[in-house]
Amino acid sequence: MFPASRYSVQAQRCIRALKTVQAEHAPPQHYMWRRNCSSAVMPRITSHYTIFPRDKDPRWEGVEMARFADEADVVIVGGGPAGLSAAIRLKQLAKEQEKELRVCLVEKASQIGAHTLSGACLEPSALNELFPDWKERGAPLNTPVTEDLFSILTEKYRIPVPMLPGLPMNNHGNYIVRLGHFVHWLGEQAEELGVEIYPGYAAAEVLFHEDGSVKGIATNDVGIAKDGSPKDVFERGMELHAKVTLFGEGCHGHLAKQLYRQFNLRENCEPQTYAIGLKELWLIDEKKWRPGRVEHSVGWPLNRNTYGGSFLYHLNEGEPLVALGFVVGLDYTNPYLSPFREFQRWKHHPFVAKTLEGGNRIAYGARALNEGGYQCLPKVTFPGGMLIGCSPGFMNVPKIKGTHTAMKSGMLAAEAIFPKVTAEDPASETAGLHIPEYEDNLKKSWIWKELYAVRNIRPSFHNYFGLYGGMVYTGVFYWILRGKEPWTLKHAGLDSAQLKPAKECTPIEYPKPDGKLSFDLLSSVALSGTNHEGDQPPHLTLKDDSIPVANNLAIYDGPEQRFCPAGVYEYVPLETGEGMRLQINAQNCVHCKTCDIKDPSQNINWVVPEGSGGPAYNGL
Amino acid sequence: MSRVLVGVKRVIDYAVKIRVKPDHSGVVTDGVKHSMNPFCEIAVEEAVKLKEKKFIKEVVAVSCGPTQVTETIRTALAMGCDRGIHVEVSGKDYEAMGPLQISKIFAALAKKEEASLVILGKQAIDDDCNQTGQMTAALLDWPQGTFASEVTIDGEKVKVVREIDGGLETIKISMPAVLTADLRLNTPRYATLPNIMKAKKKKIATMKPADLGVDMVSRVEVLRVDEPPTRLAGVKVETVDDLVAKLKANGTI
Repeated sequence: MFPASRYSVQAQRCIRALKTVQAEHAPPQHYMWRRNCSSAVMPRITSHYTIFPRDKDPRWEGVEMARFADEADVVIVGGGPAGLSAAIRLKQLAKEQEKELRVCLVEKASQIGAHTLSGACLEPSALNELFPDWKERGAPLNTPVTEDLFSILTEKYRIPVPMLPGLPMNNHGNYIVRLGHFVHWLGEQAEELGVEIYPGYAAAEVLFHEDGSVKGIATNDVGIAKDGSPKDVFERGMELHAKVTLFGEGCHGHLAKQLYRQFNLRENCEPQTYAIGLKELWLIDEKKWRPGRVEHSVGWPLNRNTYGGSFLYHLNEGEPLVALGFVVGLDYTNPYLSPFREFQRWKHHPFVAKTLEGGNRIAYGARALNEGGYQCLPKVTFPGGMLIGCSPGFMNVPKIKGTHTAMKSGMLAAEAIFPKVTAEDPASETAGLHIPEYEDNLKKSWIWKELYAVRNIRPSFHNYFGLYGGMVYTGVFYWILRGKEPWTLKHAGLDSAQLKPAKECTPIEYPKPDGKLSFDLLSSVALSGTNHEGDQPPHLTLKDDSIPVANNLAIYDGPEQRFCPAGVYEYVPLETGEGMRLQINAQNCVHCKTCDIKDPSQNINWVVPEGSGGPAYNGL
Repeated sequence: MSRVLVGVKRVIDYAVKIRVKPDHSGVVTDGVKHSMNPFCEIAVEEAVKLKEKKFIKEVVAVSCGPTQVTETIRTALAMGCDRGIHVEVSGKDYEAMGPLQISKIFAALAKKEEASLVILGKQAIDDDCNQTGQMTAALLDWPQGTFASEVTIDGEKVKVVREIDGGLETIKISMPAVLTADLRLNTPRYATLPNIMKAKKKKIATMKPADLGVDMVSRVEVLRVDEPPTRLAGVKVETVDDLVAKLKANGTI
């Protein structure tokens, strides 16, 4: 079971000890870093091998780095709605046409659904296509929407807005679901069809053929210590090779980032813009429970130029459970804004507090989501692979739904792949199959029509009147004209470039959490069940360890302390000397990806930690 | 010196926040993240190490519970066990299952499989009973080496260094024996993906407690489960005099 290394374990230890002795005599360049303008010595933060390659690292000399490899027909990265729908559709087609197909799916969470977080109001369109008999199969769609409320909140009052049919947010015919449970059910259906699902194994690296096409992926290595050196239990990840690899990592996937650069997939689209969504589950007083009721609000506590709003859904699964949450657009400009504290503050609004009073919070989580829509869709196919789901980003923002389009994109990918991957002679120019039919199918499908119709709603918020201008635009151009206007508005650019320097902004006074309706960050993080193996390099890697203090703290007052919903980033005073340093509490991370998106220096690069680390959401 | 039985228990993951069911009959387990009991991982690692050192020929992983425990058995197989045994217990029997029933099952299996060693974790992190190993040894009338932090096979005997309140105790016991693993016994290896794939081909036999002649009737009835009382915030005082004054006012002294 131990890696077949050239040397025995004892000999390896001896070599390592000798290397350490040598390194101690060498000037400590890698291990400490001196700030230019002060005599304080900053401890090193980043030790991940993506920043410090192992082939140049003396501690890794002699360690066996060969990987075990296996072949499948299709490999899918990510066990969310898109990935699972693609897997299921492939196996359905294989069964129909009596062909053999090996489909492997890897998922970084310890079980399918554990990293899934969404509101969610599911539009069953894609599900009806995938499993017309979903009800008999026991899909957990137990709560049809019965009531739909929309409000504009002010600090004390609520202005109701009529939910007219035809408005994008109208939820007639949809179901309130616990997406984690739905995804878990999809996983069970996939396994029944013969998909090989491997939860607890993260895809850490994309593999390429000699001709540059994608060959597959490699899963994460295990047993690397916090300082980047190999432990006794070190083992290399495994390579999974495939004719086509589907990347369904969800919003802002880390492998997708690499692929965008590698294949220049974003040259003809706008940079993606995002929001962060925070969510809690509450068991409320039965008297206040209205199963099937959907409530959305905009306005307070956000100002009219900060995009965002709330949701509160009453589930109907036997107990008085509500799912509620808050979304803040990541194009916000004030570095003092804390999405988490806006969420906690919003719960004190009389209209919301009256539902939650006497209730009990039982779950918490957060995740970034796409807001770019049509203008931000990249090319989704490249030699050897394709992007599905929220990774390229098919979310319909005004509808606040992306699950149905994610599922449909997975299904379209499967339908495009199947004939190619089961053909006797694939007739491909590259070793990894390039299947542009997927993109053609997308453009002909209802996903495209839907996204095109709503393309101008989100960008219409970038006007002097902010929220109100956007609502007027939606009312006129979407509700009346159905998005047929001939122009396409642009977004504001990269989210990370939107922050104004701290000295130009006013700090926001947030109320202290009262422990009954609002809570502090750390007790919330504990409810997410998140954990990681402590002795591993922090997976929030910094390209340059000096930038957080020199740039983020100096100019923007360290916005990462505020936008991280898990308390990963903390500026703490240096142990000796004056000044602060950034402390990264990587174990708290809930894999939301907000830091990678919003860091004004774009210095943070989120990479995947050891598999099965991260949150342990249960039906979120 | 042929066969070792290792017990693995599927428990709620240690990092998950536990929630008591609204009817106070137990804790919520549906959909909650579960994993192998950390002490069971250490037990599996020790058994696999003994096999690699060629002291034993076969390691059999055993777990009792509903179908989900087969995932835990697979992880044990991926760590190096040769085959698995799933003793099916579900529903009310599973909720009432405790060390007494498990130890009866293990005793019966140890005899059936002619095991030379039964290695268990010292306790499970959900019930913290720390009884199964000891009960199994008693039922089999075998010697026991509990809280093992070091295990060495010496011919027909086993030398066990035990972690006890006073420090470390070294004993020598003859085989067949029952050992329970403590934290410092070893560092468990990861179950890597290639091994998980290979583990799918390894056999897991299924049986019922009745097949082993074990009755699952519990002698313990859980009346009620409650959350621990919420801790009140502490009070910071500046001087020793303040502290004494507060303790006096409190009635403590």
